[in-house]
Amino acid sequence: MTISYRCAKPKACTPARLQDRASAGRGRKAAAAAAAAILSVRNCQAGILDPAGPVAAANKTILLDSLAIMLCVIIPVIVMTIWFAWWFRAGNTKAKHLPDWEYSGRIELVVWSIPAMIVLFLGGLGWVGSHENDPYKPLASNEKPLKVEVVSLDWKWLFIYPDQGVASVNQLTIPVGVPVQFDLTSSSVFNTFFVPRLGSQIYTMAGMVTRLNLEASEAGTFPGQSTHYSGDGFSDMHFDTIALPRAQFDTWVSDTKSSKPQLTEAVYEGMLRPSQAVPVTLYGGVQTDLFRKAVEMSAPGTMTGAMGEQPDQPVSSPSKPLSKD
Amino acid sequence: MLGKLTWDAIPFNDPIPFFTGIGIIVGMISILSLVTIKRWWPYLWNEWITTVDHKKLGVMYVLLSLVMLLRGFVDALMMRSQQAIAAGGAQGFLPPEHYDQVFSAHGTIMIFFVAMTFMIGLINFIVPLQLGERDVAFPVLNSTSFWLTASAVLLINMSLFIGVFSRATWLAYPPLSELQYSPDTGVDYYLWALQISGVGTLLTGINFLATILKMRAPGMNYFRMPIFCWTALASSLLIVAAFPISTATWGMLLLDRYAGMHFFTNDMGGNPMMYMNLIWAWGHPEVYILVLPAFGVFSEVIATFSGKPLFGYRSMVVATLAICILSFIVWLHHFFTMGAGADVNGFFGIMTMIIAVPTGVKVFNWLFTMYGGQVRMTVPMLWSIGFIITFVIGGMTGVLLAVPPADFMLHNSLFLVAHFHNVIIGGVLFGAFAGYNYWFPKAFGFTLDERLGKASFWCWLIGFYLAFVPLYILGFKGATRRMQHYDNTDWQPLMLVAAFGAFVILCGIGFIILQLVWSIYTREKRRDLTGDPWNGRTLEWAVPSPAPAYNFAILPDIETTDAFSEMKKHDQTSIPVPPGGYQPIHMPRNSANGFFTAFFTVVFGFSMIWHIWWLAIVGFAGIFITYLALAWRSDEGYEIPAAEVARMEAAGRKGVKA
Repeated sequence: MTISYRCAKPKACTPARLQDRASAGRGRKAAAAAAAAILSVRNCQAGILDPAGPVAAANKTILLDSLAIMLCVIIPVIVMTIWFAWWFRAGNTKAKHLPDWEYSGRIELVVWSIPAMIVLFLGGLGWVGSHENDPYKPLASNEKPLKVEVVSLDWKWLFIYPDQGVASVNQLTIPVGVPVQFDLTSSSVFNTFFVPRLGSQIYTMAGMVTRLNLEASEAGTFPGQSTHYSGDGFSDMHFDTIALPRAQFDTWVSDTKSSKPQLTEAVYEGMLRPSQAVPVTLYGGVQTDLFRKAVEMSAPGTMTGAMGEQPDQPVSSPSKPLSKD
Repeated sequence: MLGKLTWDAIPFNDPIPFFTGIGIIVGMISILSLVTIKRWWPYLWNEWITTVDHKKLGVMYVLLSLVMLLRGFVDALMMRSQQAIAAGGAQGFLPPEHYDQVFSAHGTIMIFFVAMTFMIGLINFIVPLQLGERDVAFPVLNSTSFWLTASAVLLINMSLFIGVFSRATWLAYPPLSELQYSPDTGVDYYLWALQISGVGTLLTGINFLATILKMRAPGMNYFRMPIFCWTALASSLLIVAAFPISTATWGMLLLDRYAGMHFFTNDMGGNPMMYMNLIWAWGHPEVYILVLPAFGVFSEVIATFSGKPLFGYRSMVVATLAICILSFIVWLHHFFTMGAGADVNGFFGIMTMIIAVPTGVKVFNWLFTMYGGQVRMTVPMLWSIGFIITFVIGGMTGVLLAVPPADFMLHNSLFLVAHFHNVIIGGVLFGAFAGYNYWFPKAFGFTLDERLGKASFWCWLIGFYLAFVPLYILGFKGATRRMQHYDNTDWQPLMLVAAFGAFVILCGIGFIILQLVWSIYTREKRRDLTGDPWNGRTLEWAVPSPAPAYNFAILPDIETTDAFSEMKKHDQTSIPVPPGGYQPIHMPRNSANGFFTAFFTVVFGFSMIWHIWWLAIVGFAGIFITYLALAWRSDEGYEIPAAEVARMEAAGRKGVKA
């Protein structure tokens, strides 16, 4: 039995549906509902401390390790502050009085060393972490990565699956246990693509392509959003990421392909008009190279036609506009 | 004739800005009428508007900052209330086009016209007094700096009633701030106000650099300067190095918006990412421009109220200068998530963490200053202890954000919002209030009420934690900043707690106002007749309170750090009068140059914002003519005769036991 639960909108935290309901007996059904309710509370925390994928888990580990290392110094400092201020209060005759004490080489050495040691630790952690968890680094997996091209528009998200030939607006569907390789751009202003429970966020910028690698290790619905303010419709720039088991994902792709309209360049140009709180829309076919056209279209005058030969090869650094390649 | 300005610019259909605007206009008219009826104009004009006295300018900076704190805080209350309501499909009471202006104005005002203005006010007031100087290097320029800041404040507040303010956040990132996406005059208000105040700030930086490097009293060598002067020096260096960057960056954005250029546009080869680099190349040093003087205040306050010299003076100086330099090589940590690559992110992460070393040293040195002392729990000391505890938490979350993988999860979240409020409220504002309570008697000759001061401290401290701990937690829950509404009702309880915290802080602000009013009302009882109400250690306490216009009747001869403590050890409560008696003192004359420059600057800025080109030319010509008038003046200042100095000194020292 698959339990699928979601942080329902607009009401909070109710287990949305229990699949395979017919086969469930009454008692089992109640137990499953209770379990789902408990799980859904956890799910609805929807936070970065509740990772649902390897990237989020690795980031969380580094985050908590760093916090722990620093607390080793911060807590004693806070205690010392309160203790010194209270113990050496004017009028406490028991406290020793050193009215001219203003220097001690040993203490100086210690107070420079402690923060330096901490920074040495953290610096190592930060350096290694920023390489290990680099958003551009492909994830280790036996599965072939799923490619998804992401365009942030005013004010909605477009997800294109170039290999599957489908696309969706404001809903991202991915298979569980398969690395997903995102290539991202923006049609207008900056946004940031972020699914807190899956891991790292990254900017989307017009005329440029950034890359991000994520993976869901469990099924579920994970809210995603733009974290970089992009204008009046910004608050509605969120989407649900639905992680499905592989087989269900494939069913979703074929269902979408067979039943939904085509995403052509004309349809895309219509999307460029600002709109807010856009409902989920699916497309059963995508014009070839639409993503590349979207990149070129959003930065006219910049393009010289010399964009990279391979459309699926992003520029390694976003600091270079595509035309300069 | 009037450019883009039409009746549509007045928000007739928008009750909140309309009635606020009407309220402000009515308030200003009634104040101006009161001043006219009471015939206060000559006093205001001679004593304040045209003054070139660094102490009065410092007082006016602080007053301006406190007024803008009220404005910025109303914005904060509106944001917190909006987010407390607008959950799960509810839209709250502020539509996006208004909410977006509110948070943009809040950030702009709090950084530039509260924190910055307050710190510059303290630097103005206290640096010459601590260094044994009679004035700053360029008094008229100093008054011009102040009035430029004031004119920027006026422009920002005009946007409430005439047109709109920017909706592109306090840093106006392109392409959002470009004409294509922000066609109204909001971003222009932002840009012109900040360009004008930026010039004022740059001039202040130059002025204080010259004042600290060239004007010190005899014997006051660098390693005898009070630590606040060191931090003021570091801050001035940062201003002189960083503000040209912001002026150039905003200049380029202005060219994009006014002249159709393409520095930061998406199209025609513009590169918006370059704006992020440039603005943070200014913006990160800016954080230290604010917080270093606050560190200086704490150093003075903790030493004074522990009754001990500052522990590790030299390492404090080294730490200050190290922060000063390091602050220029960390800017990229503001956009680790732009995909710069692992090496670049790693480098800037480590550089950022290294700043924690000198900062940590400072914290330990403050602790060991208290060690072995006799700590008096006065209001400034409470702010300082509250600061240490609060700031180390803010520092910790800051270093956490400097670890790139942690930042990948927390960037632009409410955790980030909590972090920088933690360091700016807990660091800069607490420092401002410590300095305000500490130096108030030197400015006005009477102390502030302790009980009300303590009430304001506790409201601020508790309110701060109530308002920002929930935001830290919300950041972990994945809540993003700048949301006008959100679907996840799970966040709402914490948003409500944060809103409650904001109202507790409001009580803190109320107590600060009450403290001021009550202290003025009971001032006769709280006169400081000695000039040294706290048993201070530095030179400003060696002169009468309030400090006379010339500061020092006799210029001191400095032999140690903590010069005044040393004098008191030898039973001197004032600078000894040499055998020849007092000498006449040469003083600069008042100047209306600053005020007129500011007047024409407002005309110029306003007409540029609304594309009223002929008026812009008039305004610019006015600025230039005012400058010419200053350049051609043949004013040699005036002299206070020796007898008058003797009389003023005697009057100011009634309470000093001979």
